[in-house]
Amino acid sequence: MASSGSGYDLSASTFSPDGRIFQVEYASKAVNNAGTALGLKCRNGVVLCVEKPLLNKMLLPNSNRRIHTVDTHSGIAITGFVSDGRQIVNRAREECSNYEETYGTKVPPTVLGDRLAAYVHYFTLHGSLRPFGATALLASYDTETKEHCLQMIEPSGVSYKYFGCAAGKGRQPAKTELEKLDINKPDRGENIDVREGVKQLARIIHLLHEEGKDKPFELEMSWLCEESGWEHKGVPRDLIKEAVEWAKKDIAEAEESESEEDDDDDDDEEMNE
Amino acid sequence: MNYQSYAPSTYEHDGKSAETRNLKPGELSTGTTIMAIPFEGGVVLGADSRVSTGTYVANRVSDKVAQLHDSIWCCRSGSAADTQALTDYVRHYLSQLAVETGRAPTVKVAAHLMRKLCYENKDNLMAGVIVGGWDPVEKGSVYNIPLGGSCIKMPFAIGGSGSTYIYGLVDSEFKEALSKDEALSLVKKSISHAMARDGSSGGIIRTVVVTESGNEREYVPGDQLPYGPAGW
Repeated sequence: MASSGSGYDLSASTFSPDGRIFQVEYASKAVNNAGTALGLKCRNGVVLCVEKPLLNKMLLPNSNRRIHTVDTHSGIAITGFVSDGRQIVNRAREECSNYEETYGTKVPPTVLGDRLAAYVHYFTLHGSLRPFGATALLASYDTETKEHCLQMIEPSGVSYKYFGCAAGKGRQPAKTELEKLDINKPDRGENIDVREGVKQLARIIHLLHEEGKDKPFELEMSWLCEESGWEHKGVPRDLIKEAVEWAKKDIAEAEESESEEDDDDDDDEEMNE
Repeated sequence: MNYQSYAPSTYEHDGKSAETRNLKPGELSTGTTIMAIPFEGGVVLGADSRVSTGTYVANRVSDKVAQLHDSIWCCRSGSAADTQALTDYVRHYLSQLAVETGRAPTVKVAAHLMRKLCYENKDNLMAGVIVGGWDPVEKGSVYNIPLGGSCIKMPFAIGGSGSTYIYGLVDSEFKEALSKDEALSLVKKSISHAMARDGSSGGIIRTVVVTESGNEREYVPGDQLPYGPAGW
């Protein structure tokens, strides 16, 4: 995938001869170097999950949050440059607060997603600014239509709604795994519920992690569902622990049946929340 | 017109209503009677039709029930100019919001916008508004936004100078979960009574029935009011 910028990649306000803006593409590459973030829209809620590589043994567990609540009914998971991600989260909080102050009701998911996309896009228009090196996964609930919603806002400023989405290092294999899940059946009642979603996301993260042979990591998960009262909250720690145990077992069983060599589980120091 | 001072040392009653005292000379007042009552499946809004400057009736058939959106209406009382300007602003903001969100706004949002304008400009406005309508979330709902800019959701609301004369009547006759015809006849009866006693209210009774399927506008001519002074 050789893409030599050769002079057209110095500024976000320059097109290349073949119609690309290299700075925006480079921003996406920055996201692809970071820990995987996954989002899943289940039958009765949305689950967000981020794999946080523990870069330093001195880091305090559960600090350096990647998932943030922007309003009672909305949450954002960030991957890529964490500092860039913080700016997006702050803007989202402002948008939610202003909307409620003006209109007296919680901001609808589509509006919030569109506004964040417009904000991120703004930074791809000016030569004096650089695009955000972060992708935001937005889980949100519409208090009027009672529908939950998952959107992903990329550095280019596009935002789409998803049944399942992935960003970061392991997004390619993650997308393959997500497509195998029951999340897009014609009869919505057949889709998996959030508890199953939590387990599946934990499984996918652990699956990818073996393949990457990376540093030890922390798993951060949040959900927005009936069980949480349609408020964005962290998944209860015992549930995450259960899910991780189930995930490891499931992966081990799958590998046994394929008769591959065992993983060295000892290497992974997962710190469960 | 001489202005009455706000805090006279001895109380002097000049015979003018509280509203008239605070209007500018020559300003039109919808010194009025307005009300809104929710029922099973929607809301009935009603108003009289008199617009006065002092004792002169500038318009005896005005329309004080204004449409803010497809199923959201408001009744206007106080200064005619102020309420018309407010209505225009809110109508504009609601139509923009409908485009951005892709759905009809709720009555709550309309009431909130109206209240924001009334509260933040309270020093320069004299407007008492009742916002009522139908939306899929709350079904029929009514919000009363009196002079200071407070906004309260209510089971029914009355407003304007004529409303003071009918508090007792409405309190005794109102009950929850009225049918459409019961609500309509209560609105017409109450406004008739107010028109009979309040000099700033009169003319015809205009009503709007707002439901999921649409709006029905009606009026009761001045000589067919359910109630009038003795001898009519």
